[in-house]
Amino acid sequence: MAAVSFRDVRKSYTPELQVIHGVSMEIKDGEFIVILGPSGCGKSTLLRMVAGLETVTAGEIAIGDRVVNNLEPKDRDIAMVFQNYALYPHMSVFDNMSYGLRIRGLSSSEISERVNRAAEILELKKFLDRRPRALSGGQRQRVAMGRAIVREPQVFLFDEPLSNLDAKLRVQMRAELQALHRRLGTTSLFVTHDQVEAMTLAQRMIVMNAGRAEQIGAPLEIYARPATTFVAGFIGSPPMNLIPRDGKLLGIRPEHLEPCAASDAMLTIDVDLIEPLGADILVYGHIGDRDSARVAARLPADAKVQAGKLAVRYAPGNVHWFDQASGRRID
Amino acid sequence: MVENRPWLNFLAHAVLIAGVLAVAFPLYVTFVASTLSFKEIMQVPMPLLPGSHLVENYSQVLSGGTTTGSKAAVSHMLVNSLVMALAIPLGKITISIIASFAIVYFRFPLRMFFFWMIFVTLMLPVEVRIIPTLQVITDLKMNNTYAGLTIPLIASATATFLFRQFFMTVPDELAEAARVDGAGPMRFFWDVLMPLSKTTMAALFVIQFIYGWNQYLWPLLVATDESMYTTVIGIKRMIVGSDAANEWNLIMATAILAMLPPALVVVLMQKWFVKGLVETEK
Repeated sequence: MAAVSFRDVRKSYTPELQVIHGVSMEIKDGEFIVILGPSGCGKSTLLRMVAGLETVTAGEIAIGDRVVNNLEPKDRDIAMVFQNYALYPHMSVFDNMSYGLRIRGLSSSEISERVNRAAEILELKKFLDRRPRALSGGQRQRVAMGRAIVREPQVFLFDEPLSNLDAKLRVQMRAELQALHRRLGTTSLFVTHDQVEAMTLAQRMIVMNAGRAEQIGAPLEIYARPATTFVAGFIGSPPMNLIPRDGKLLGIRPEHLEPCAASDAMLTIDVDLIEPLGADILVYGHIGDRDSARVAARLPADAKVQAGKLAVRYAPGNVHWFDQASGRRID
Repeated sequence: MVENRPWLNFLAHAVLIAGVLAVAFPLYVTFVASTLSFKEIMQVPMPLLPGSHLVENYSQVLSGGTTTGSKAAVSHMLVNSLVMALAIPLGKITISIIASFAIVYFRFPLRMFFFWMIFVTLMLPVEVRIIPTLQVITDLKMNNTYAGLTIPLIASATATFLFRQFFMTVPDELAEAARVDGAGPMRFFWDVLMPLSKTTMAALFVIQFIYGWNQYLWPLLVATDESMYTTVIGIKRMIVGSDAANEWNLIMATAILAMLPPALVVVLMQKWFVKGLVETEK
């Protein structure tokens, strides 16, 4: 296991086309880090640079105390899990998991011991003789993870490994991943565009936007104190309401709005969409005229709402302020 | 289409049977002719039931060819044909798979130029470049050798193109996973790409085996010595002079012998052949 550091890492394909604009971060040994961002933000590129599948244009990536910029993937002591699993279709599950070990010349007793141990953890023992095509999506995903585990690497790299699974399986695999990390304690980098995955898995996360790390921190800390309007709008569902006020932007989470008497109203929402979810009710609407900011509120399930005016208030402590031009947080 | 009209069924079968007869009748006549004596075959009309000279005719051609035309033994020709029909597909597959591997998985200067060079030769059949090719082979003193017979036919744009198309459907992540696993390019080629290409190779083998077996023009030019005749050339050399002078019974026996191996390859490899052409599973 090892720490990973990014030191002003940059990537450009041509001088004009820069995709990563300098990311710096120290990842502690054994930490589970999620890289979160919308598609095209450079999160996968960043991960692939750690893996050695993309070259680093400028800056340094270190695993442990070795700078790995110019090392081949196999010499970096990493293991990667791909989005589409990338299992070798013509090999059995056992061969898929042991292929890397065989290349490294481990003894066959050592190989079968490691594979069997991983198969035990992942409940794959029954399937060791099968071909990947005879497995379900979740099982294939587990084989891909098994292939990573048997290598006993310094760092696990996950490139959106859950996005090909259906919703239920995703929740289950998320829990398994968490359990796995607790058990193995290996430093992990996990790329995703799904904020729920990020919030639930991450010890710390990097929110990326257009090749920049917008904010780095623990999930709840980022949720509670988003550094920019991008982070505020990207994390949380529905996202934070951003309302122009006095030349600045007032940010308030939908769950921090509560219905009140018209006389106490701090905001009046012109409700045009109501989504009862059972546990709570999501209410959407405008404040003021049609062109003004759109606002969402999360109300308790027993709230009486109907289309039309809805008076809401909020506690001043729950308000965030952002600079309108730069989008940066104002404290 | 699901339809149940008796006369349509009848029509469909009639067409199919007529088709089968049209294809099978010449083959049948060839077979019958190969079992007759020279005298019987010269009758008009020729008998349409098999005669009693099957063993005699076949052992004659296998050991000594015809008595009036070429006297080269067909058994030796079959060996020559087999060498040619095996060397061409195996050579083609070997060269093409390596070439496409280079084109698809490596970035080197002029990569696309080389690809298009290969592609352009698709448009030039053997016949177009046969004179210069013959000149080269003659200069290299490769006339009447197996090398001269096969090497000029081995380079293949079609096979290279086919493998390239197949490699492009293999997900990039597979190559990346192999890289992370520590497999170098050749190891990836050998352990992952080759096994995945098995069905494509089988399909190519069948097509190219028949292509190699049926070569006519090129062996006609290069194989001038009796010992290098292929079966197809052998048939040509057996036909001498006027119609009545040819021992058609023996020529037909040779024709049957020439037809059997390709048919056998197709029948035996049919399953793989079809799989290679339609398989999409990756």
